[in-house]
Amino acid sequence: MTQLPGLLDTEAIRKDFPVLDRQVHDGRKLVYLDNAATSQKPTQVLDALADYYEKHNANVHRGVHVLAEEATALYEGARDKVAAFINAPSRDEVIFTKNASESLNLVANMLGWADEPYRVERDTEIVITEMEHHSNIVPWQLLSQRTGAKLKWFGLTDEGRLDLAGIEELITERTKVVALTLVSNIMGTFNPVEDIVRRAQEVGALVVVDASQAAPHMPLDVQALQADFVAFTGHKMCGPTGIGVLWGRQELLNDLPPFLGGGEMIETVTMHSSTYAPAPHKFEAGTPPIAQAVGLGAAVDYLTSIGMERIQQHEHALTEYAVRRLKDIPDLRIIGPTTAEDRGATISFTLGDIHPHDVGQVLDEQGIAVRVGHHCARPVCLRYGIPATTRASFYLYSTPAEVDALADGLEHVRNFFA
Amino acid sequence: MYQDVILDHYKNPHGRGLREGDAEVHHVNPTCGDEITLRVRYDGERIEDVSYEGQGCSISQASASVLNELLVGKELSEARRIQETFLELMQSKGQLEPDDSMEDLLEDAVAFAGVSKYPARVKCALLSWMAWKDATAQALGTAADSAKEKTA
Repeated sequence: MTQLPGLLDTEAIRKDFPVLDRQVHDGRKLVYLDNAATSQKPTQVLDALADYYEKHNANVHRGVHVLAEEATALYEGARDKVAAFINAPSRDEVIFTKNASESLNLVANMLGWADEPYRVERDTEIVITEMEHHSNIVPWQLLSQRTGAKLKWFGLTDEGRLDLAGIEELITERTKVVALTLVSNIMGTFNPVEDIVRRAQEVGALVVVDASQAAPHMPLDVQALQADFVAFTGHKMCGPTGIGVLWGRQELLNDLPPFLGGGEMIETVTMHSSTYAPAPHKFEAGTPPIAQAVGLGAAVDYLTSIGMERIQQHEHALTEYAVRRLKDIPDLRIIGPTTAEDRGATISFTLGDIHPHDVGQVLDEQGIAVRVGHHCARPVCLRYGIPATTRASFYLYSTPAEVDALADGLEHVRNFFA
Repeated sequence: MYQDVILDHYKNPHGRGLREGDAEVHHVNPTCGDEITLRVRYDGERIEDVSYEGQGCSISQASASVLNELLVGKELSEARRIQETFLELMQSKGQLEPDDSMEDLLEDAVAFAGVSKYPARVKCALLSWMAWKDATAQALGTAADSAKEKTA
C-alpha cells in the first residue's frame, strides 16, 4: 500500500464511518470521492442525534421544564463549540441557519434593507468572483436587480486562480460589499482573501467569505481572516444536513436589520410593532434546527479531536498523490491548479471528449462515487470552454488506495469509450 | 446500461449533421448540459429527413442516431407510435420487459431499456425524441397541441 508522509491513521478513522464499509453494485467496495458535495457522518454524530431525540427532545428557550432546559443547554452548547472552532471573539456572533445558502441570502437581504453606511442601493457596487458557487452568485444578482446596484466580477486566470490584476478598479469607493469563496468548490483553489480584505478595508466595503469548502478541511480563524461575515454549512464537515452557520462581526449584527421574522427573534411584540432580541437570536426566527445543531457540535468535537491541521496535512498529501496519478492518464485535463500548492483536495478534470456523465456512470459501475456536471459553478465551466467536469474530492478518511482506484477506474473509462 | 448497440451508435452516428428542413429546434438538458439542434423535413406526412447536430453524453448522442435510423422514411402516424412506445419504455423505471412486438417496433432503441433504471439519465435518452416531436409540431403547424404535453 502507498505510504505518504502526513497521512492520518485512516484505518482507525474509517471505523467511525459505517457507510464506508458499504458495498455497491453486487459486491463492489464503495470508494466515496464526492466529499465536496457532502461528507459522510461518523457514529459520534449519529449517536449525538439519536441521544438528543431519545433523551432530551424539547423546544428551546421557552419551557421551564427539565427537557426544555437540557435541549436549550445542548443547542447553546453547540454554539459555543462552533464559536471556539472558528475562533470567534464572541459566541453571540454565531448564527445558526439551515445551510450556507441561507447564510449568504441572509447577508444579501440585510444589506439591501440596511441603513447607511451599509445599504446597497443604486449607484453602489457589489463585487463577486467568477469561481463562486451559485449560492454566492444568485443572492447578489437578486440584490443587484432589486436595488439597481452594479454587480462586478473578479475574473480567473488560465491556471484557475483569481485574477487580481484589476483589483483597484474593481473594488472602489462605490463598492459596498465584496463576496468570495475561500476555497473553490469546483477547482479546489485557495483564494488570497487577505489581499481582497485589505483593498476592501481601504474603501470601506464589507467582505463576505463563503467558507463552505474550507471549514471542513483546514483551521478556520475568523479573526485572522478579518472578513465581516463568514458562511459555511454543517453537512460537508461530518455534521447533519439542515444546519448552517453565519458568523458576523458583533457591531454589524447589532446595526443590521433582521432577515426572517417570527418567534424567538423578538424582544416585545405589540400589534403596532416589535423590537428585536439581540444577536444571534435576532437572526434565528422560529424553532431552529435543534438536533442538527447538536449534531454539528458533535461533528466539531470529532474534527477537533483529530485536529484540523492534521486533516489539512492529510488532504494535502493525498492531493499531491492524486495530481501525480491523474497527470499520468492520457487526455486527462485538470481544470484549475495543476499542482497541490495553494489548493484543497477537490480536483475537477475532463477526460478527452468523453462526457463527464459517461465518466461518472462507468466509475459508478466500479463503485467509485464522483460528482459530474457543472457543480453549481457554471461560470467556471464557461470560462474554460467546457460543458461540465468530473470532480473527485477527498476527506480525512480518504486513502491512497482510493486514489489508485480512481486512476484505474479512469483508465477503464478510457478503454470503454475508445 | 451501456449496451454495445448504444456504444456503436455513439461512435458511428447515423445521419449526423444539419441538412435542409421545414423546421428547426434547439433543446437542452440542463442537468447534463446535453444539447441538440434538430431539423425535420416532411413530404406530406412522410418523414423525408431528420438531421441534427449536438453535444453531450453518449446516451443523448446515441439516442439521436437511433432516432434518425428509425424514423426517416416513416409515415407520421407510425413515427408517433414509435415515439410514444419509446417514451413509455423510458418512463418504466426498469420495470418494463420489452416483448417481441415492442422489439419489432423499436429495433435498436430497445437497447435503451436499461437506461430507464437511471432517473438522472432518462432525460438524456429522450432529448432528441422530444426535439423531434417539437420540430414536427412546428413543421406541420400543430405546435399548440404538443406544447401542452410534458416531456418527462
